[in-house]
Amino acid sequence: MEDLILSKVATRQKPAAKTAKVSTNGTGKTQGFTDFVEVEQAKAEYVKRRASQLAAIKKTDKKLLREMLYQMVLGRIFEEKCAEVYRMGKIGGFCHLYIGQEAIGVGSMMALEKTDMVITAYRDHVQAMIKGMTPESVMAELYGKEGGCVGGKGGSMHMFSKELEFYGGHGIVGGQIGVGTGMAYAAKYKNSGQVTLCFFGEAAVNQGIFHESLNMAQLWKLPCIYICENNQYGMGTSQARAMSSRSIAKKAEAFEMANEFVDGMDVMAVRDATLRAIARARKDGSPTLLEIRAYRYMGHSMSDPGNYRTRDEILRYQERDPIVLFKDSLKAAKVLTDKDFEKIDQEAIAAVDKAVAFADESPYPAESELFTDVLA
Amino acid sequence: MALLTIRDALNEALREEILRDENVFVMGEEVAEYDGAYKVTRGLWKEFGDKRVIDTPITELGFAAVGVGAAMAGLRPVIEFMTWNFSILAADQIINHAAKMLYMSGGQFKVPIVFRGPNGSAYQVSSQHSQALEAFYANFPGLIVVMPSTAADAKGLLKSAIRDDNPIVFLEQERMYGIKGEVPEDPDFTIPLGVADIKREGKDCTIVARSMTVPLALQAAELIQTEFDVSVEVIDPRTIKPLDIDTIVNSIKKTNRLVIAEESHEFASVGAEITYQVMDHAFDYLDAPVKRISTTETPMPYAKNLEALALPSVEKIVAAVKEVCYL
Ligand SMILES: Cc1ncc(C[n+]2csc(CCOP(=O)(O)OP(=O)(O)O)c2C)c(N)n1
Ligand SMILES: [Mg+2]
Repeated sequence: MEDLILSKVATRQKPAAKTAKVSTNGTGKTQGFTDFVEVEQAKAEYVKRRASQLAAIKKTDKKLLREMLYQMVLGRIFEEKCAEVYRMGKIGGFCHLYIGQEAIGVGSMMALEKTDMVITAYRDHVQAMIKGMTPESVMAELYGKEGGCVGGKGGSMHMFSKELEFYGGHGIVGGQIGVGTGMAYAAKYKNSGQVTLCFFGEAAVNQGIFHESLNMAQLWKLPCIYICENNQYGMGTSQARAMSSRSIAKKAEAFEMANEFVDGMDVMAVRDATLRAIARARKDGSPTLLEIRAYRYMGHSMSDPGNYRTRDEILRYQERDPIVLFKDSLKAAKVLTDKDFEKIDQEAIAAVDKAVAFADESPYPAESELFTDVLA
Repeated sequence: MALLTIRDALNEALREEILRDENVFVMGEEVAEYDGAYKVTRGLWKEFGDKRVIDTPITELGFAAVGVGAAMAGLRPVIEFMTWNFSILAADQIINHAAKMLYMSGGQFKVPIVFRGPNGSAYQVSSQHSQALEAFYANFPGLIVVMPSTAADAKGLLKSAIRDDNPIVFLEQERMYGIKGEVPEDPDFTIPLGVADIKREGKDCTIVARSMTVPLALQAAELIQTEFDVSVEVIDPRTIKPLDIDTIVNSIKKTNRLVIAEESHEFASVGAEITYQVMDHAFDYLDAPVKRISTTETPMPYAKNLEALALPSVEKIVAAVKEVCYL
């Protein structure tokens, strides 16, 4: 099953050229990192921490581990289905898929308490589900139907659930970094003990609001964990073509903020780093910046043919697929078996099928809904 | 004449102006290597290279500011916003800086810059990506606001905008990029800023429309002609500010009736301004109250049925014309 999904993903991406295009803009930087040194480094480091990681897995609650894998698989299959129904015209507008980045959402959000707060950008379907939203309410929202989490008013980019402390998917690059900072401000003000996870892409780091927010958070000791999901591209522009430095984690040092660089293909590494950040936040409100590096398997959105990178590049990153790596570890640690994996796949497929059926049957929102919720 | 899409007409204007003046350059997100998010800049980076066509980080306030500074120092930047929704992040540079510079420098510093990109709604892109901002920018002295509705207008007006010494807010529409029209091939073809165009002549009722509502108004006019034998004149101001009120008033003197169709929200809209100016100049010529069709006073919903309900449509414009004509 897993192989099938992976190959499906791989063949979907339309590669433009067989060899890496080496183009430069004024900065003289090439588009991607065509030597794949970093991929090899990540592999080597993964091997180095493997023993300690297996030990950590053995110490972690088995039910939680199973749930983590389930959420990753569910996310993958859900997004595959989105691509399929998008092409059938069931979903409109923009649609940004999370495939390849599942370990970031699962590793970080599943380290939270239920009462903790989360805010993210437009690549939000899977994170909404990890926070507890049902696949039905996310899919129906994608269909613009009444049964969606916001009744069809928001669509793909704008999943929200107050009840689940999910403060939304946001469409303006960087905007939610400031809003997340404000959520952490409220937690501190109320002394509620909540921490905030604030997600954004690496391209959002180039917006002024990133720098403004980190400064305030460190200055005022706001319990916010800034998670930069570095999938290496902002639309068709690689990080190298848009940012003067490679390390995003180090930017925190300008604010004297705690920071870590994390392998985003390793869900346990993401979990560990998040747990450390949560501990800091709960202790004295200290914020943290986590740069979690992964890779966006699909185009930026459903309308992006992805001509700016090669098939070779995509395949190199897919060698370290987060779901495959995690399954491998769970098996090695004797936590789950192939049979369990099979069962998890089946459960996820059933959940997604149910979500699609629900979305199909859900009615369009009543016309009167156009005028509600403009003002409180 | 060549039959071009609005997208290609804009592309030609950019290309010709880059060739014509070495100080013209195009800057924005994905404008170079990706050929533009909506392909308006297709081929320009390949032809002109890194110096003239520049990809930026996602940093609207920053690159708008680079444009303003470069313009003050003698260049003629064309700054693309991937959509005008994102210009709101750069509003400080457009409104506080570009719009004020000539005045507060006592006439010393011109800011010959064009900010351009798609404005208004697209296809179900929801609340944060569907805003029509012409009234917002038109409220500030020091800016010129342009909104073409045909391929020829797009080309001629963009060329004039690039040659103009003022900061220009140039508002396109994503839904219209594929619309084709005849465009003069003369590289010195321009259309003057501030001059309206009569898109359809008529004698019984005037519709003032702009950007996306122009094709809607033309369709409405045809329907009304066949169904009621009422002849509708459609006027496109093309430049919102300065507004060519004379052309509108002259039309009303003939038709005595006015409908305004616009994509922005209705409160404090350009339509509201036109209504006031018409009252000021042509009150005695009106045989019916002015009627206005705008986007509803709601953020744009995602759901297909609600989005359709929020936006102006041919049906809504037909109903408005019937109302002012007492049909
Ligand atoms: C202020 C703003 N500018 C531009 C855009 C258009 N846009 C949407 S997503 C995107 C790329 C963002 O990349 P990144 O932050 O790395 O997140 P990713 O899509 O990779 O998850 C761009 C340019 C936008 N939505 N908002
Ligand atoms: Mg990115």
